Amino acid sequence: MKMTGAQIICEGLVKEGVEVIFGFPGGAVLPLYDTLARYPQLRHILVRHEQGAAHAADSYARATGKVGVCIATSGPGATNLVTGIANAHLDSSPVVAITGQVARPFIGKDAFQEVDISGITLPITKHNYLVLDVGSLAKIVKEAFYLARTGRPGPILIDVPRDVFIEQTEFNYPSQVDLPGYKPTLQGHPAQIKKAAKLINEAQRPLIIGGRGIIISGAYAELKQLAETAQIPVITTLLGIGCFPESHILSFGMLGMHGMAYANMAVAAADVIIAIGMRFDDRATGKVSEFAPHASIIHIDIDPAEIGKNVPVVVPIVGDAKLVLNALNKLIISTEHIDWFQQLEGWRREHPSTAIRDCEGLLPQLVIRKIYEVTQGEAIIVTGVGQNQMWAAQHYCYDKPNSLISSGGLGTMGFELPAAIGAKVGCPDTTVWCIAGDGGFQMTIQELATIVQEKLAVKIAIINNAYLGMVRQWQELFYGRRYVATPLSSPDFVKIAEAYGIPGLRVRHKEEVVPAIEQAMAERGPFLIDFVVEPEENVYPMVVPGAALTEVLEAPKKEAKAVSDSAKLPVSNI
Amino acid sequence: MTMKHTLVALVEDKPGVLTRMASLFRRRGFNIESIVVGRSEVPHLSRMTIVISGPTTMVEQLRKQLDKIIDVVKVFDITAEDTVARELALIKVGATSSNRSEIIQIVDIFRANIVDVAPDSVTVEVTGDEEKIDSLLNLLRGFGIKEMTRTGRIAMARGGRRLPAAKQSSKAEGKGQKA
Repeated sequence: MKMTGAQIICEGLVKEGVEVIFGFPGGAVLPLYDTLARYPQLRHILVRHEQGAAHAADSYARATGKVGVCIATSGPGATNLVTGIANAHLDSSPVVAITGQVARPFIGKDAFQEVDISGITLPITKHNYLVLDVGSLAKIVKEAFYLARTGRPGPILIDVPRDVFIEQTEFNYPSQVDLPGYKPTLQGHPAQIKKAAKLINEAQRPLIIGGRGIIISGAYAELKQLAETAQIPVITTLLGIGCFPESHILSFGMLGMHGMAYANMAVAAADVIIAIGMRFDDRATGKVSEFAPHASIIHIDIDPAEIGKNVPVVVPIVGDAKLVLNALNKLIISTEHIDWFQQLEGWRREHPSTAIRDCEGLLPQLVIRKIYEVTQGEAIIVTGVGQNQMWAAQHYCYDKPNSLISSGGLGTMGFELPAAIGAKVGCPDTTVWCIAGDGGFQMTIQELATIVQEKLAVKIAIINNAYLGMVRQWQELFYGRRYVATPLSSPDFVKIAEAYGIPGLRVRHKEEVVPAIEQAMAERGPFLIDFVVEPEENVYPMVVPGAALTEVLEAPKKEAKAVSDSAKLPVSNI
Repeated sequence: MTMKHTLVALVEDKPGVLTRMASLFRRRGFNIESIVVGRSEVPHLSRMTIVISGPTTMVEQLRKQLDKIIDVVKVFDITAEDTVARELALIKVGATSSNRSEIIQIVDIFRANIVDVAPDSVTVEVTGDEEKIDSLLNLLRGFGIKEMTRTGRIAMARGGRRLPAAKQSSKAEGKGQKA
C-alpha cells in the first residue's frame, strides 16, 4: 500500500507501541501534524517550548520504561530540543526525536528556518538520521526505536525534510533491523564472572555501588539476591536511587559530592567494590586518584567504553546487569560480613547525614521529609537541579525503581516541570511531586499551561530561598561569600499559578507544611505550594570539590565560615 | 606507555560516517596523526587506517568509543601484530639540467619513480613506510622541495587470515537482529 512519509512515521510509531507524543508544530513539520489527525491512538501533548517536549519525553521514558517521543519543527524548533536531547544522552534515556527539515531542494541554502540539526546533535545522540529518501523512512523509524531502547539506551534524532513527509512510497515495515555495527554484548564473559565471584566470595569488606543501569535492565531482584546472599552493603549513585530499597537494612544511601558521609567512608574502606550499571562520574568519585584506594573494582556495564574510562578496573564485565547478575549469583556463597556491617552502622550513627537540625524557620529538608511522610513514599519525585535536587535525594526514602526522576549527567535546571509532565502522563495513577527551586522553576515555568490544558494532576513544591541556592552555597564556601548574581527575585508564584488556573498556597512556617501537603494531595488536579525556606541553608554533607570522598564537610562545621578561597581549590571539574 | 598505534576500522559506507569519527576525535581530545579512508573488499564497507600516538589506555578508550558509533562495524588495534604498512608520497623537486641525473640516482636507490618531468622540476612518486619516505625527503631537501603530499599510512596484517569482523559483517553472511 502506498503511503506518504508522514503516514509511514505515524504507522511506525503505532507499530512501536507509542501512545504519547510531546511536541510543538511549525511549518516544516506541518504535514506530519496534519496526518496525526488520522491517528487518534497517538495522543499529542502540546508543550509551550520544545525543550519541554524533550524533557517530558525523557522523563516519560524513565517513568514507564518505554521509548519517549518528541516532535519539533525545523530551525529554532529543532535547536530548542537540543538541551533536552543532551540531557537524555547523558542519562541514557531512550528518546526518539523527530524534527521537520526544510524541503530537500532548500537544504544547504540557508533557507528560512533551516539548521543542520543532525550536525548539531551528532555528539549528543546515540545516533541520528537525515532522511533523504522516503523509501528509507520505514527502515529508519524501525532502527531508531531499536537503537533507542536496546544496549545502553539513548536519544535518536530523525530529521525529515518537508517534502519527504509528503512524498509517497510503498509501505513495508521491516520486522528486523540489520545493523552490522551495532551488536550490544548482553551476556557477561563466563571467565570474568567466575573471577568476580571469587573476589566477592573472598572479600572482607565488599560494597555494591548500584547505578541507573540496574533500573534500565530491571535487575532489582538479582541485585537484592546478590546483596542478601553475601550480606553486601549497597550504596547507589544519584541516578541509581531506587535500584535497591533505601529502607533495606543493607542500604547505605547515595555516594558522591552530596552523598551520605558513611557511604563515602564505605567506599574508602571497601576491599572489593562491585559497581553495576554506573560510570564513575566525577560527582560520584570525588578526586579520582584517591577513589576507593583499598578496593579491587569489579565493573559491570553494558557499555564497554565506560569500563576503565575513569578508574582502573580489576574485573571488567561487559553485559546487561540482569543477565550478568543472574549468572554471578549462581557462584556466590552465602556468607556474612558482621564486622564490616557493624563498622558501617557505626559510621551511620556517628554521621547521621540525613538528620534535620532544630530550627525556628522553615528548613527545606523538612519540606522533603514531610512530603515523604504524607505520600508514604509512594510518589514519583521529579526534581530540578541544585540544592532542591540534593535535598530531595537525601530526605525522601526511595524504595521503588524510578521513584526519583532527576537530571544527573547534564544537570539541567528547568528539567523539573516538563519532566513532571512526562512522568504524570506516563503514570497517571501515581502521585507525581515536582520539587523545584525558585531559579530552575522560572526556566520552564510556561509549562504550567501544558499542565492545565492536559489536566495533569502534578503537585508542585517550590523550595524558594530567593537565591540560586547551590551557586550561592559555593560562593559562601569557596568564593569568600561574594554573592554575585545569585540573589534572585521571583514573581508571586501563587498568583502565577492562579493566573494559569492552578490553585496554590504559600507556606512560611513549619507547622503549615503538613496541612499544605495534605491539601495538595486532596486536590484532584494540579496544586502548587511556594515553600519560603531559610535562605542560606546549605546542602550537607559536601565533599570539597576536587578532594577525596573522605574530605567531607558536615553540617555543624558550616558556622565555622568559608573553607578556603577558590584559588586554592585543586584543579577539578567544578 | 606512549607509542604510535595503528587502528584499522571497518565502517559502513554512509554519508556522515567520517564526520561522526572526526567529531569524536575532537570532542574527546584525541589527536590523530593520520587517517586514510578507502573501499574495502566488502561492498558497502570502507576501511580506515588511523595512526595515533598516545598511552595504550588512551588508545584503547579511543578504540572503544569509535566502536560505539553505529556506522562503525569494528575497530582493531593492529599495532602489536605483524603488519605490512605503506604510505605513498608525491614530491616535486626543483631540478636543473646539471643536477637532474643526481636526483634520478637517488630516486633509483629508493626504488621510487619519476612521474613527471619539467624543465625546472621533477615529480617523484615513492611508496614505503614512513621512515623510508622521510629518508628520501631528507636527501631531496637539498635540491629544494616545491610541493609535497603524503597519503598517510595504510596497513594490513600479514598472513592468510582476515580481520574477523570483515567476515562477520559482510552483508551476505550477516543476520538481521530481532527487534
